[in-house]
Amino acid sequence: MAIETATQVSSPLAQADTASISGSKALLEALVAEGVETIFGYPGGAIMPIYDALYDYPDQLKHILVRHEQGGIHAAQGFARSSGKVGVVFATSGPGATNLVTGLADAMIDSTPLVAITGQVYAHLLGTDAFQETDVINITSPVTKWNYQITDATEIPSVLAKAFYIARSGRPGPVLIDITKNAQLQLFAYAGYQKCNHIRSYRPKPIIRKEYIEEAANLINAAEKPFVIFGQGVILGKAEKEFANFIEKGGLPAAWTILGLSALPTDHSLNMGMLGMHGNYGPNVLTNDCDVLIAVGMRFDDRVTGRLDKYAKQAKVIHLDIDPSEIDKNVKATVGVWGDCKETLPLLTQLIESKSRTAWIQRFKDHDAEENKEVIFSELHPDTPVMTMGEVIRNLNEISGGDAIIVTDVGQHQMVTCRYARFNQSNSNITSGGLGTMGFALPAAIGAKFGAPERTVVAVIGDGGVQMTLQELGTILQTEVNVKILILNNHFLGMVRQWQQLFHDKRYSFVDIASPDYVKLAEAYGIAGASIESRDQLNEALSAMYHHPGSYLLEVNVGKENNVFPMVPQGCSVSEIRLK
Amino acid sequence: MKQEYTITVYTENHIGLLVRIATIFSRRKINIESLNTSPSEAEGIHRFTIVIDETEEVVRKLARQIEKQVEVLKAYYNNNEEIIWQELALYKVPTAQIAEKVKVERLLREHGARAVVIRNDYVVFETVGHREETDRLVEVLAPYGLIEFVRSARVAIIKESRGFHEKLREFELAEPKDELIENEFLNQQKEVFSM
Ligand SMILES: Cc1ncc(C[n+]2csc(CCOP(=O)(O)OP(=O)(O)O)c2C)c(N)n1
Ligand SMILES: [Mg+2]
Repeated sequence: MAIETATQVSSPLAQADTASISGSKALLEALVAEGVETIFGYPGGAIMPIYDALYDYPDQLKHILVRHEQGGIHAAQGFARSSGKVGVVFATSGPGATNLVTGLADAMIDSTPLVAITGQVYAHLLGTDAFQETDVINITSPVTKWNYQITDATEIPSVLAKAFYIARSGRPGPVLIDITKNAQLQLFAYAGYQKCNHIRSYRPKPIIRKEYIEEAANLINAAEKPFVIFGQGVILGKAEKEFANFIEKGGLPAAWTILGLSALPTDHSLNMGMLGMHGNYGPNVLTNDCDVLIAVGMRFDDRVTGRLDKYAKQAKVIHLDIDPSEIDKNVKATVGVWGDCKETLPLLTQLIESKSRTAWIQRFKDHDAEENKEVIFSELHPDTPVMTMGEVIRNLNEISGGDAIIVTDVGQHQMVTCRYARFNQSNSNITSGGLGTMGFALPAAIGAKFGAPERTVVAVIGDGGVQMTLQELGTILQTEVNVKILILNNHFLGMVRQWQQLFHDKRYSFVDIASPDYVKLAEAYGIAGASIESRDQLNEALSAMYHHPGSYLLEVNVGKENNVFPMVPQGCSVSEIRLK
Repeated sequence: MKQEYTITVYTENHIGLLVRIATIFSRRKINIESLNTSPSEAEGIHRFTIVIDETEEVVRKLARQIEKQVEVLKAYYNNNEEIIWQELALYKVPTAQIAEKVKVERLLREHGARAVVIRNDYVVFETVGHREETDRLVEVLAPYGLIEFVRSARVAIIKESRGFHEKLREFELAEPKDELIENEFLNQQKEVFSM
């Protein structure tokens, strides 16, 4: 193992020197020392000693029994994203562990800090195809920031310390620790828990190089049409304030990726909206018109850039990121500023001139007006008999005032919600951005509520996605967690249908999906609910959902064949964005 | 332009790291021409030597992805001019052929082959050199009943390297010197590695 320096954490056990305890207990002590209070999980044979030890920790550790390990890990993700802490999930070996894979991949691509603990068969059975043995380490290597198998209990404290340090530092990500059953049972001389803050082979943060900050500032100061695009790095770095100061001083218009959403309040005068495939008109078109493009904590995903060889070719690019492998990966940076944006942004702000850039910002507003006329107005205030998703979100905004945590699933409703939902504070938009995992929203909303109990959590889900992780209604039933479930039912796998309509001659191949009676279903789980079809019920129904004392499921039947616009068709450049 | 690059990776000795490094290539459908793991000059530090045929830009990005792995201390890449490298090859030839045909013996000598084992039935020769040389010897031996042939992975020394001892000492510190975690990548967008 790498050499680590450590800080002593005091715990009652740590003081009674070298008590003999089990590996399982050492694991739980590690969690307590790391400040973990909530665990999502599901037991099974290979993790039973840990669950047995958990029985003695009712006051320190709250365990949420989910209905499927995928639900457990998405809940841990939602928890991490609403709280800014590391999410923790337990699963047994074999199927329990493989059920985590989707969530790990999701957390990996969306940089979510997680520690997943999986049970494993006895060490002497490894490689024998024992009951419920899977090679979890190799299965999960490509989708974890780090993983490790423990076969000896003495390793538990130091490996857990490393796991938490790696998960939350640098560019965060999921870590999986696989613990064989013998190690969980093994008694060993426990010498206390020491937090890890250094691993010799791991550099989470670089020393910031002033000359690049200067170069970047010079480019910005000389720019006529600078444009800031930002991602989740601002939220993960807890740098919302630093970011706002930066754009305010420079008079810099800014637009977000869907993972950056909520880092800057919707109302902020420099918030120009959403980037990418279903983003706003101005941000997309003007990406190919700006002279300096300043990317902050984002990774130029193809859904953001469209066709790369026609992306911002006219612009000098400044890229601030904590992960050096992102700089120059997709878009060549004129100046790369490697570092934590919490540190780099203030340095940059110091060096940039105070400007207002009204004429340039007006160009965004002009595009906005056009988008409003062509798309937004009719989406938010439709004159069609059937409801649109946009008007549902507009009504929701009026009720939430922008204070809710909004969790979205994947599809049309996700794009519409991200486009139109209002946010006053950070860590409020939770969605599966990089992986686009249908079924994410319901369990993630449960986790988000545990991560931020004082806030109202609304899960906006499609009729397709909700049927992927429906079983988590059982978790709501049992924990009585208060989440609002808003199903936008278009009776289609809408996003796929939209593509079939636009790019496959309307050959609707297996996108017509039936739904159960959601209200009855909710009722079976002891959850209040309603279903509506007409506009005149909308405001009242949303308000009833929002203000209901407990969980509530509202199904809103919306137009079946509505499309999300604007759209940058795949293979087109961002400036070829279509308004209809 | 694609050419041969040798990637040298200094790592912790950690089970599972081989898979993590291998999948960085396989995920991108990049073929590893040769891969060697061995101890390095620094105690407790492993050294991977990986050969691929790719463009400089691709190799640079791969090196970044490798270095991103928690257990990797450093990744360097070099073209063939910047390294000294060798591969070992073994050839098993029927003894009868060698005894009878003077030509075979001469061929082996010409190619710098050395006998490692001599038995009644066969002789095992070894050569050390570059791939083209060993390939050529295989060709010329083929008509004489080459029984078995195997070639090792490449091992390479970077001409300009001062080794890893000092860097390692630095890595162990909680606050390493600027020089170590300097933004080499940004400094030399082309030539990433400064050793
Ligand atoms: C697990 C998973 N399977 C398939 C897809 C592909 N996919 C993306 S959007 C979509 C349709 C989603 O339908 P629905 O949940 O009803 O949302 P809508 O688009 O109608 O709002 C599908 C099938 C996916 N993203 N995730
Ligand atoms: Mg749908």
